[in-house]
Amino acid sequence: MRNHPSPPGALSRRSLLAGGAAAAGLGLSGCGSLATSLSDQTVVRQWNLLAGSDGAIMTDMHQQFMDETGIDLKATTFAWGTPFYTKLTMGAAGGNAADVATIHLSRLESLSPTTLMDPIDLGELEEAGLRPEDFPPAMWDRCFSDGELYAVPIDTHALVNYYNRTICDQAGVLNDDGTLLETHGVDEYFDLLRAVKDVTGEYGTSLDTNAGWRQFWAWYRQQDGEWAFHEDGHELDDDKALAAIQVMWDMAEEGLCPRVSDGGQTAANFENGAGGLVQVGNWEITRFRQFDETQGLDFSMTEMPDFFGNRRTQGDSHSYIIPRHNLWSDEGRRATLDYISWMLQHSLQWGAGAGHTPAYLPVTESAEYQALEPNAEYAGVSENVQYDPDVWFSGSAAPLADRVAQVLAGVYAGNTTPEQALDAVKAEAQTLVEQPNPVD
Amino acid sequence: MMTTDTQAPDAAPTADKPPSPTPTAVKRRSWTGLWFVLPFAAVYVVFLLWPMILGLYYSFTDKSLTGRPVSWIGLDNWTEAFGDERAWQSLLNTAEFTLYSTPPLVILALALALLTHRARKLGWFLRLSFFAPFVVPVSVVTMLWMWLYQPDGGLINHYLGAWGLGGDHLWVFQEHAMGSVVITTVWWTLGFNFLLYLAALQAIPNEVYEAADIDGANWWQKTVRITIPLLKRITALVIVLQLINSLRIFDQYYLMAGGGTNLSPEKVAIQHIYEMGFTGLRVGYASALSYILFVFILIVAIVQLRLLSRKED
Repeated sequence: MRNHPSPPGALSRRSLLAGGAAAAGLGLSGCGSLATSLSDQTVVRQWNLLAGSDGAIMTDMHQQFMDETGIDLKATTFAWGTPFYTKLTMGAAGGNAADVATIHLSRLESLSPTTLMDPIDLGELEEAGLRPEDFPPAMWDRCFSDGELYAVPIDTHALVNYYNRTICDQAGVLNDDGTLLETHGVDEYFDLLRAVKDVTGEYGTSLDTNAGWRQFWAWYRQQDGEWAFHEDGHELDDDKALAAIQVMWDMAEEGLCPRVSDGGQTAANFENGAGGLVQVGNWEITRFRQFDETQGLDFSMTEMPDFFGNRRTQGDSHSYIIPRHNLWSDEGRRATLDYISWMLQHSLQWGAGAGHTPAYLPVTESAEYQALEPNAEYAGVSENVQYDPDVWFSGSAAPLADRVAQVLAGVYAGNTTPEQALDAVKAEAQTLVEQPNPVD
Repeated sequence: MMTTDTQAPDAAPTADKPPSPTPTAVKRRSWTGLWFVLPFAAVYVVFLLWPMILGLYYSFTDKSLTGRPVSWIGLDNWTEAFGDERAWQSLLNTAEFTLYSTPPLVILALALALLTHRARKLGWFLRLSFFAPFVVPVSVVTMLWMWLYQPDGGLINHYLGAWGLGGDHLWVFQEHAMGSVVITTVWWTLGFNFLLYLAALQAIPNEVYEAADIDGANWWQKTVRITIPLLKRITALVIVLQLINSLRIFDQYYLMAGGGTNLSPEKVAIQHIYEMGFTGLRVGYASALSYILFVFILIVAIVQLRLLSRKED
């Protein structure tokens, strides 16, 4: 049972507690992984990056978990993206991170699982009630590194297309049943945006112009574009990349989307009707629902529009990992796995509330989940989702995505032409390729 | 064994003879002093000296945050750093920030201190108003100004638009990050310099002004001929502190123009180091970059001290 390392020496729990109290006296407690609190309740520390509106759903689920199991869960939410990953890496490097943390599955390799994480034993996972067959095989395979399991996926999340039914109805772009007209190709979709823009008077779609990476990767992958990275270089398909960037340029140039808009602004533009559509992640559903409750917003969601012959979209999977620990108590480890298992088995709520597609098949295949609205309308995303390229500087909030997004923000702003942007994207990728790899 | 041998004869004579006070007193005094210094010295060694030495060592290795085995790579990090365009650009951006932020932070602080010093009745109010921003945490300050700078609906753009000055300026976002951060920094940190000046102003003896009054000097003459020359020493201090502070710009810049929310292509030096080391996991390379910045700041500080001390002679 190498996954159950007992504390060094023959420490009894009493002496552990005494040690903990002594450490507290020195102001050093709070960072240890002593899984027992003074009230004798098992404590599980969790770190997550769910700073968006899906975080509220997770908090609700945590409360239920604590009420049901009596385990004391201490969850901390960090700012999404690099601040979270920086904290996680630093904590794990010292062996003092949380007991369990959420990451994006695309980031697994870039976080050096073999040195910064504890592997999860299939036996202990089964004991907690999870089996490998419960996950989509392709996703499950991504959770391994060096033949060991390091991650347990929670969901699939992706860019989807929200539409304001009131505005779209006025623009005449709805089907009889109130769903958005399906378009094929860039031209048809732009026509739809023009009709919507005529109604809103501002934008057709309210894009997040700082999240250009997601849109680029979706539209590039819709054309079957591949991005291969090797030792001394990389191969990007120039024509396909240019076609994807051209869409951004044209859309902003015609005023069909904003020139500059960050995440908050993008959501606000959709809420206040400045844009009749918005392509952001399914996780914004909680925010829009709240807005609907207080001020009224009749909206629904569908998959990423077909720009280049299919509806592929950029996405990722939130996953649980266990950061490397200096010290585990048996009950703490068991409680941690119980927590993971409980969250997955209750992920119907995660899907219904936060709009994510649960990874746990018994939930996704249940009749109850299949009947969820508007989830059913974009159920295809789990087939169409495209993970980021597989290289150590790639993945959600990794340098590749950040730097490409920076270049593409210039395209939306009208400062960088698509040709300049393509050159810049390739140059950025080349710089990253040439950097010594700190992970392997 | 050696120690017990030497101690035994030492103890015997002191017991016999009346103790000569001087040597023991000196000894005791020096030991007591050390104990007082110890807490500071320990913290200084553990958290400053040791990391500095370790950092220098890391800069010659491929030390990674992932904790994989470290190997000696000689000068590779240093040659990479000297050829790193982003690193030089970030140093230039830091210099640019220092150039923009230091003059207003010194001149405005002096002007406001003079104003407050003259205002007898409203003095407490002005002191409070000018110093208050300084005690606000950086996260709050940046949040506040980010709202002011918002392209849609932010206070500044709202009025710029209303007055026909181009309300579509993309403050902080992409284009004007540097200027926006400078303005925020001036508002936020001015209070410290202001306080230094105010204290120095109160230390100028009144007799000097009385003498000038007798000679019929007006307010302007007194300020230029008496106040400012007598503030020379404090001005030197303020400039040195301000330059070093400005060269170390990170917090506000990272919170406003870096990080997750906004994508300014400009980076400042510490931000670049932070990204290389903590986000990019390359602690070795980041250590080399830190030493380059350290030398850069050291040179500025030495040149400045030399210039100023010569003036005082």
